[in-house]
Amino acid sequence: MAVQGNKIQFANDDADVVVVIGSGAGGGTLAGELAKKGIDVVLLEAGKLTPNSAFLPDEWASFKQLAWQDKRTASGTWQVARDFPTLPAWICKTVGGTSVHWAGAALRIQPHEFKTLTTYGNLPGTNLLDWPLTRAEMDPYYDRAEDKMGVTRTHGTPGLPGNNNFKVMYAGATKLGYQQCSTGHMAINSVVRDGRTHCMQRGFCFQGCFFGAKWSSLYTEIPQGQATGHMELRPESQVVRIEHDRQGKVTGVLYYDAGGRLMRQKARLVALACNSLESPRLLLNSESAMFPDGLANSSGQVGRNYMRHTTASVFASFADKVEMFKGTTMAGIISDESAFDPKRGFVGGYHMETISLGLPFYTSFLKPGAWGADFAKAIDAYAYTAGLWVVGEDMPRETNRITLNQDVKDQFGIPVADVHVDDHPNDVAMREHGFRQGAAVYLAAGAKQTYLVPPYPSTHNLGTNRMSERPADGVCNKHGQSHDIPNLFISDGSQFTTGAAENPTLTIVTLALRQADYIAGQMGQHAI
Amino acid sequence: MPANARSVPSIRPPNAAPASSPLSAPTRRELLKSTGLLTGTLALSSALAGLAPSRAWALDLGTFSSHQGAVILAFSRHLYPHPTLDDAVYALVVKDLDSQAASDHAVQQIVLSGVRQLDQVGGGDWLKRPPALQLVDVESMQGTPFFVTVRSTAVVALYNNDMAFAHFGYGGQDGHLGYLHKGFNDLTWLPEPPDAASGPIPPN
Ligand SMILES: Cc1cc2nc3c(=O)[nH]c(=O)nc-3n(C[C@H](O)[C@H](O)[C@H](O)COP(=O)(O)OP(=O)(O)OC[C@H]3O[C@@H](n4cnc5c(N)ncnc54)[C@H](O)[C@@H]3O)c2cc1C
Ligand code: SF4
Repeated sequence: MAVQGNKIQFANDDADVVVVIGSGAGGGTLAGELAKKGIDVVLLEAGKLTPNSAFLPDEWASFKQLAWQDKRTASGTWQVARDFPTLPAWICKTVGGTSVHWAGAALRIQPHEFKTLTTYGNLPGTNLLDWPLTRAEMDPYYDRAEDKMGVTRTHGTPGLPGNNNFKVMYAGATKLGYQQCSTGHMAINSVVRDGRTHCMQRGFCFQGCFFGAKWSSLYTEIPQGQATGHMELRPESQVVRIEHDRQGKVTGVLYYDAGGRLMRQKARLVALACNSLESPRLLLNSESAMFPDGLANSSGQVGRNYMRHTTASVFASFADKVEMFKGTTMAGIISDESAFDPKRGFVGGYHMETISLGLPFYTSFLKPGAWGADFAKAIDAYAYTAGLWVVGEDMPRETNRITLNQDVKDQFGIPVADVHVDDHPNDVAMREHGFRQGAAVYLAAGAKQTYLVPPYPSTHNLGTNRMSERPADGVCNKHGQSHDIPNLFISDGSQFTTGAAENPTLTIVTLALRQADYIAGQMGQHAI
Repeated sequence: MPANARSVPSIRPPNAAPASSPLSAPTRRELLKSTGLLTGTLALSSALAGLAPSRAWALDLGTFSSHQGAVILAFSRHLYPHPTLDDAVYALVVKDLDSQAASDHAVQQIVLSGVRQLDQVGGGDWLKRPPALQLVDVESMQGTPFFVTVRSTAVVALYNNDMAFAHFGYGGQDGHLGYLHKGFNDLTWLPEPPDAASGPIPPN
């Protein structure tokens, strides 16, 4: 479905609408699903509406076009704070959110990863907790999400054909004895499906899919929601405050519209889906006399337990050409290291997924701040280079958190998010293991040289409004409904209790589908 | 590999999208005027010959003198030494700094005082200093505002243009319509993965 216009407009003082804040993987899906159920929705999105036909095959220009570039700060001992002090995360500010930039890897969280406290034990220095949900409860919704997103190798959809970067990974993985290597589960059409074409192997997945072959809420859930006549999308509408009444129920939001005017949209229910940095920031910035620590924060957990996956990249140069930039960015995956196996010296597991960067990003990310002859030699080998990304479970810690930086304000004069992270020793051990195994894969395939690359600004941002059985342990229940305020929902990756080893978006979409059913049910019973 | 001691933000989106032909053929007016001008000739073998309007290239400077431009170019070559990469590409670093300096007085001061310092070290002309000593100078300037400004500009400007893409073998915009029928899986020096690990290639 192509990007289209609204069929309906709701009045600002219409207090019967559901307001969804943020139109990415979580918010876009929730809004579309509610609209399909006949529920009236106003979808507020801070970014502009940029149709996929306008996406650019140019890394920096695309970053400027789509990425969140409002101010943020970073602190803590993680290397990202040193390498990218004003860019702790790589997230989009555009209709469709980060589902525009994502690579499409769509994996289910493993059953034991919903029970990390039980499985890993109470590791010192962590804030591990079991999800209030099981994999069995999630499975029917995972089925629906995979089917909706066209995930390869599920529901009869074939896998994607492997590109050159995959061939190198596959050769090394099999030589090393790994058993689970394929072109994976990708929310990228391998065949024409859902009114969208198949993948054309462009290699600009991180810049938005010009062809719309990769699932994004931008050209699926959002226009589908608009088509029902029950959903109004308002781009360039940045919410700065969620308001509540004397009973402590939310009543609406304040936002700046495209013209810079401060507007109030009333609401029956507010669903927050601004990704894991902005969602807690908005709750904290909405503090009031009744909620002096911010909304939905009686547990004190808003903003805490920030997770961004334990990541690392390994690039390797070969005697012959690879040209990793041709074709899908995440073209293959090795999952043998994703199991729970504490003999390796850490809990949790990780996947290895191919990654490719164009020359502009490769030179900026390979070794931030580097210069000199060795660096130049690595760049000389660009066309002969293959790459993979390690993505594993990182440990939730109370002290890894989003706080308001009162010294730095955004364009509206509002304190920005500071992202504080100190790696847990488990994260460090896992990253070292990933570096070793990633390098081993490439050496097995005949690499001349390997390059171990530190984490990029975080692309997976999770956990800052986590779900919990007990209200004291987290911010929301297993439906994303905040423990404190029944008509306030968390609808993005910030709900995650723990991060698991899998790329998060399939689970974010799955939770949104589940939440839509729950909200419709509760509204039907007039419980909210 | 020497790393920048103070490790600064290395992400600085470029001022402009990569220009396909960022340099122009020198005009008579440019050759006669007194403000800064960098000129050069592309090597005959250069992969870039097809991208430039002519083998001779010229870069008109708005802020820096020709000498200052040449010092910055030489400094950039030490930062990112690619022996066979043409000066025409390094000139883009000078171009980017020149335009930053035109609109930002602080940048202008940082760059000009850095060049002045280098020239002093070089007894009036840093370009006359032996390359091995130039490299020592570059190393000893790590962490200074001049080094940080030139390096963070260079790492983007040098590699974010069509000439660099051609030199290093990156497809850039060529990929816009996809490599499905343009060799996305043309690697033949390793065994083909089995069908079960890969997937069918769409017919069209
Ligand atoms: C380069 C890259 C590659 C990735 N690859 C993968 C992958 O292969 N697999 C995977 O599972 N995940 C991947 N991800 C991660 C994935 O994109 C995110 O996990 C997912 O999009 C998060 O969904 P979300 O709903 O939480 O937030 P988002 O999709 O980020 O949506 C949040 C939206 O809220 C808007 N917003 C924020 N604040 C406000 C406000 N105050 N008012 C109004 N609107 C606001 C933002 O502009 C944004 O549009 C990748 C991410 C990146 C950057
Ligand atoms: S490689 Fe496929 S999914 Fe990625 S941008 Fe191109 S067409 Fe879209």
